[in-house]
Amino acid sequence: MEAVASSTPRSRWRHATDSRGFLAAFLITPAVVFIGALVGGPLILAVYLSFTDATAGSLSGSWVGLRNFRAELHNPVFVDAVWHTFLFTVISQLIVIVCAGLLAHALVKSFRGRWILRFFILLPWAAPVALTTIGFLWFFDPTFSILNTILRDLHLIGSSPPNWLGTPRNAMASIITVHAWRILPFATVIFLAGIASIPKEVDDAAAIDAATGLKKFWYVSLPLQLPIATVALLFGIVFTATDMTVTYILTNGGPFNSTQVLTTWAFQTGIQSGSLGEGAAVSLFLLPVLAFVAIGMLVFARRVEVS
Amino acid sequence: MRVAWRERAFAYGVVVPFAFVLMIPFVWMAFTAFKSQAGVFDLSRSPFSLKGDTVAGWTFLLHHTPYVRWLGNTALVGGAVVAITLVLALPAGYALARLSGRTGQALGVAIFLTYLVPPTLLFLPLSRVVSKVGLQDKLWSLILVYPSFTVPFSIWLLMGFFKTIPQELEDAALMDGCSRLQALIRIVFPISLPGILTVVIFSFSLVVNEFIYAITFIATSHQRTLSAGVPTDLVRGDLFNWPSIMSAILIPSIPLALVYNAFLNRFIAGFTGGAFR
Repeated sequence: MEAVASSTPRSRWRHATDSRGFLAAFLITPAVVFIGALVGGPLILAVYLSFTDATAGSLSGSWVGLRNFRAELHNPVFVDAVWHTFLFTVISQLIVIVCAGLLAHALVKSFRGRWILRFFILLPWAAPVALTTIGFLWFFDPTFSILNTILRDLHLIGSSPPNWLGTPRNAMASIITVHAWRILPFATVIFLAGIASIPKEVDDAAAIDAATGLKKFWYVSLPLQLPIATVALLFGIVFTATDMTVTYILTNGGPFNSTQVLTTWAFQTGIQSGSLGEGAAVSLFLLPVLAFVAIGMLVFARRVEVS
Repeated sequence: MRVAWRERAFAYGVVVPFAFVLMIPFVWMAFTAFKSQAGVFDLSRSPFSLKGDTVAGWTFLLHHTPYVRWLGNTALVGGAVVAITLVLALPAGYALARLSGRTGQALGVAIFLTYLVPPTLLFLPLSRVVSKVGLQDKLWSLILVYPSFTVPFSIWLLMGFFKTIPQELEDAALMDGCSRLQALIRIVFPISLPGILTVVIFSFSLVVNEFIYAITFIATSHQRTLSAGVPTDLVRGDLFNWPSIMSAILIPSIPLALVYNAFLNRFIAGFTGGAFR
């Protein structure tokens, strides 16, 4: 589309040369003002709050400088929460990228029953995450876990079934699994878009060069899909690192803070303990993740434009 | 012929196991939803036996919990947020796609990046603002705040859709004496109706999904939305009413997944078509 539009710049601007800039501003301004007020404003307020001792009750605080940040950096729970956030994000997204790549390559073919299978695969992403996570509470129930029943029937576990949410190691694995389960359909969808955007000529050229199977995947499909895979990965990172719902509902950071992540810790500090300022300081540690992803997106957008 | 056969075997061999694993939790939810409260905790039976299946969980949910109220609240908030989103995002998405060239591209990416700023970073200052202006415990607080993530997301999608509408169509309308704004309302918006519908559906589902604002701003059971109400209020002591909870999950999930599946191709086109093109 870009090429078509820029090839006829004259016809594009001729009719509204005088009003074009004004009309554009008129159309864009309301949205920009709204976003500025409800995203930019609170973001600045969060930074301000993190330097105060504001509490939820009094709604006012006095300037305490870096005290909140110093307190958190010396708090072992916080340091662990940073590590858990990193761990959960990286492991779940590794699983997602590998599985999504495989799944999308299969799903792009045409076969009978594709619609219904795609529907099943989309369910974890389409269903409200707060609700499906409660479903997992029941799925992982210490006594009535269907997972344990199945594993026992398959003789994969003995008579003393694992408590999926009750021990630190298991709880971490459970949360990572739920994250991967939830993001996989989304990543698959983005991968599908990437595969669909590869021109048919590339396939033909690969066929002429007798590149098939793994060889074709490695030298042809993979490089072409790297940009879109990056997009899927960057989104997955944001969705996982900044998510509170899954951890909050499954374990609320327990047992013994072993699954505490930045978001749940910010919520517990800021809302449940009422230390608004300190909670804000905790949540601001999400900014490096966002900066990393934003830079990734921008680099990526530029590369696509150039090529 | 041989290749086609092999490709199909590969497709089934991968897709079916994945679909199975991703589906298991829902299958288990469905089985649980049709059991009696006692049947759920009966370990002597096969967990997948439906002997003595009942809709008691469903009727309990609909008659003895605020669930219907939550459905209504969610629909109300969703409808209002979608309306606000369209009013703000339609003109902005169009302008960014068409009218302002390179700066528009940059501004589009900037707006998109604001979508990356998560509620988990903003909920603490916003909770303070909400209670300052007296919106605590009111659905209005959600109606006001939710567009902060639906608008950037929708502008992005709409940019992608508007870029696919040929400039010539508008030029023809301008030639026939329409003003630019008239051309927009009479020509561009009607053709982009499928795209607009996609934005409506995905904005609405973002609203249904939202959890952290909903539990932070609203404390009264009857004012809750689905995502906040089910996790907080359907819990009765330590003994969850699992059949009711499972039906509470399935009721919104299945229709949402159906429309997702129906609109998926348009979603992909819009999502990847924004400025990355």
